[in-house]
Amino acid sequence: MVTLGDYLVVSGLLFTIGFAGVLLRRNIIIIFMSLELMLNGANLSLVAFSRFRLDSLGQPNYHGQVFVFFIITVAAAEVAVGLAIIVALYRARRTTHVEDINTLKF
Amino acid sequence: MSPFFFWLFSALMLIFGAAVVVNRNPVASALSLVVCFIGLAALFITLDAFFIGIIQVLVYAGAVMVLFLFIIMLLDLRAEERRRINFLAFAGGAAVAVIFFFQLYAVINHLAIARLPFPALPHAPTDDVHSVGLLLFGNYNLPFQVIGVLILVATIGVIVLSKRELR
Repeated sequence: MVTLGDYLVVSGLLFTIGFAGVLLRRNIIIIFMSLELMLNGANLSLVAFSRFRLDSLGQPNYHGQVFVFFIITVAAAEVAVGLAIIVALYRARRTTHVEDINTLKF
Repeated sequence: MSPFFFWLFSALMLIFGAAVVVNRNPVASALSLVVCFIGLAALFITLDAFFIGIIQVLVYAGAVMVLFLFIIMLLDLRAEERRRINFLAFAGGAAVAVIFFFQLYAVINHLAIARLPFPALPHAPTDDVHSVGLLLFGNYNLPFQVIGVLILVATIGVIVLSKRELR
């Protein structure tokens, strides 16, 4: 039998993979993809909780799914703006390697 | 929901999720991300969230990934050459990620409800587009309008950012 904990552990693993990608990779586009993995890890646990908590009519708690819908929308807007920034950065500096972009570094 | 499909799609999603981080070639990473998102959409469907599963495929595996591949090909990125990596920073980052996961695992292990299986739905497949839509245009009408403005602002921002000369 699949328990709520199984879904939560899988969602935590997906989040951790994304987290490791953000910390370990140096290519800004891969870092951006890892951010998407982290957002989706959170989405999975929200949907799991929404299915776990049935309301009085015996339906899943759809508030969680509406929240996931908002996260997906914001993530899509974020990807568009982020990629535009990356393109602008590439035009100015000819690189996507984060160690070459260190003007603000202390 | 059958345990077989849960484990199959979780394994698919996690293996290709790891491939996103491990691959050196950005195109291979982006294509692994597509498979990872499709596995995630299948997991949403095992949770009876059909609407969210379809949206996941349409928005992520469709629109967002096309955008990623378009940018990778526009910038003509090759597999990155091997650089001298800072081993201290690498080990530190890996340690933080591993410690984070084990803390999360400990919390989930202590959660009593995490050991319960999912309750069965009394009436088989629900009309979830209808229910999500009612909530979206009822309880969450204001956030929905705000999201619309956010997307408009993002569109304008992208156009301004991609002008040749920023002033």
